[in-house]
Amino acid sequence: MRHLLSTEHMTATELTWILNMADEMAEVLERPIPKVPTLRGKTVGLLFFENSTRTRLSFERAAKALSADTMTFGSQGSSMTKGESLRDTALTLEALGADLMVVRHHAVGAAHRISEWVDVPVINAGDGTNQHPTQALLDVLTLRKRFGKLDGLTVAIVGDIRHSRVARSNVFAMTALGADVTLVAPPTLLPPTLDEWPVRVAHHIDDVIESTDVLYLLRIQAERGGDQVVPSLPEYVSRFGLTDERYARMSGDSVVLHPGPMNRGVEIAHGVAEADRSLVLSQVRNGVAVRMAVMMTLAGADRD
Amino acid sequence: MLSPDGGQTVDILIENGRIVSIGPALSNDALYPEFDATGCWVGPGFVDIHTHLREPGHEYKEDIKSGSQAAALGGYTAVVAMPNTMPAIDSGHIARLVAARGREVGLIEVQPAGAVTLGRQGNELAHLDELWEAGSRIFTDDGDPVADSGLMRQALEYIGDLGGVVSQHCEDKGLSRGGHMHEGSVSSLLGIRGIPPASEDIVVARDIALSEMTDRPVHFQHLSSARSVELIADARLRGVPVTAEVTPHHLMFTDKEIEAGTDPAFKMHPPLRTESDRQGLIEGLRHGVIDVVATDHAPHVTADKEVPFEEAANGVIGLETAAAVVNTVLQPDAAEFFSWMSTGPAGIARMANHGRYPTHGELANLVVFDPNARWIPGTYASKSTNSPYTGLTLTGKVRLTVSMGRTTSSEGQLT
Repeated sequence: MRHLLSTEHMTATELTWILNMADEMAEVLERPIPKVPTLRGKTVGLLFFENSTRTRLSFERAAKALSADTMTFGSQGSSMTKGESLRDTALTLEALGADLMVVRHHAVGAAHRISEWVDVPVINAGDGTNQHPTQALLDVLTLRKRFGKLDGLTVAIVGDIRHSRVARSNVFAMTALGADVTLVAPPTLLPPTLDEWPVRVAHHIDDVIESTDVLYLLRIQAERGGDQVVPSLPEYVSRFGLTDERYARMSGDSVVLHPGPMNRGVEIAHGVAEADRSLVLSQVRNGVAVRMAVMMTLAGADRD
Repeated sequence: MLSPDGGQTVDILIENGRIVSIGPALSNDALYPEFDATGCWVGPGFVDIHTHLREPGHEYKEDIKSGSQAAALGGYTAVVAMPNTMPAIDSGHIARLVAARGREVGLIEVQPAGAVTLGRQGNELAHLDELWEAGSRIFTDDGDPVADSGLMRQALEYIGDLGGVVSQHCEDKGLSRGGHMHEGSVSSLLGIRGIPPASEDIVVARDIALSEMTDRPVHFQHLSSARSVELIADARLRGVPVTAEVTPHHLMFTDKEIEAGTDPAFKMHPPLRTESDRQGLIEGLRHGVIDVVATDHAPHVTADKEVPFEEAANGVIGLETAAAVVNTVLQPDAAEFFSWMSTGPAGIARMANHGRYPTHGELANLVVFDPNARWIPGTYASKSTNSPYTGLTLTGKVRLTVSMGRTTSSEGQLT
């Protein structure tokens, strides 16, 4: 594996390799001094063309736990606002000595394009509405820790799938590992065509609430697209929100995941976010371990 | 050589730019330079009714000189320059400027297309009489549709009365808004907002109704959807005076090209669609539902394409590769080929001096095309290099272009 750009064509073997390494990294993070020297002397370039606090902090923490230096590029107040091209920015970071690049961008394919221009490994930390592979990896890690394996799990992804890079990455990572994924949303929040998606579809959360092992909630991304996707938020909640009443109907071992940031009171009721079934904070913790594993895998990969 | 009677193998003697003799085994007593066109097709120079020359206003992308050079290398002797310049070609003086600059460069005839509406804003009619006087025969707001049905009707009636044709960019903006590629399985996987074929089909259907109502011609630009082809086929059966064009890139590529790497070289408007759309376009062209091939030559500088797909400019260059692409994809016979590339487009643009078979006594306006030569595009005379064909092997090459009696390109070089 040269870059991590998408989960779409990842095999169970590749995913399992990273998950196993992430388990080891999780142990490292439990130590009194949670740090290993693996990437000492290496510099990780964090190219954040789109604002993100959670993901950037997670990658920074991961890089530092591997003893790498970090170099952060944020688009605010940088030369991007002076019209510098994406290619020029990437080549500049490479010339400054980045050994590995983490790219977050508001446009689809940005990390992929950069990977064609630079000679160092590139990790896609979210490209528009396309992919967010490390999020999917941390989600499957969270589920593997909880259930032991993904094979045979039923997962319902509920909400704005059309505009969700998290959903795109998770559908392929989860199904590659044997999970059975159902997308739950109105047609206006589903991708226009699902021909090549290994999923089932439901149009009401009540169709899955009592049967699913995993309820994966997404927020409505009002900032993308600009269409009217639902008549009103209360109507959305009535069909797709995880209310207290619905939470009470969830089955034995089932869990709730959310990639954050959460819109409490919309897709998830206020109290539910911190209720027993919620793995939201485990997801965040596992994010650091997964990103360490990905950086180690790519930095150690042969340069071809 | 191609003539109305079909193909024949002959010598053509050109003296001072004029065809003075056509016949088998002519003698060359005056020892004029000879060009051996054995195995090639000789026919009327190509005519492109959809070219963006970018002048005035965007000369950093292309200008009338570089665009003319690209046209000459591509076998063209005339092009229709789209009016989405800055300022737009919406009045007589701008149209005259574009035409005059074309004559000054002297490689091709540049017919300025007139805007339908002032500033291409879609609100009120442009200076249509002035534009007509200045030589415009095709009227279009290309880049944008004439969206208002009432205004489109007025334009059809007025322009039709002058003798011109309205050339429509078919796009329902309510459906295309924010879209960057064909809406389908590839866009759904990528998460890129799509443009459904209905965005085109709706405008085609509406304008067929308006053409039928007014009995005035409408020309449909750069078709991308198989359904549009069906609508036009049906309209023509009923005698509605509509014509249509297709671009080389819609004949060759589908949205699968974007799946591989979101390469903005494949971003254009309308978008590349599915294989069944592509087949629909090919069949439409073969059966005469689509009349002509037009390049939609749309130069953009590298910086406009060295960005993520969604932020990249729409369009590709095409003048230097169009004939080869058409020949590669469709393997037409010579009569079809020159009908799509020359006589058909010259007819739509009302160009009396183009699209004419080589004729004794006339100024030579011809192209020598080798339908079997293979080559790989790599460098371009255009100022821009946004070509999706770079590095691909194409079959069919322009070997000689003679424009208005003057040799403008020979063996891939400007002369």
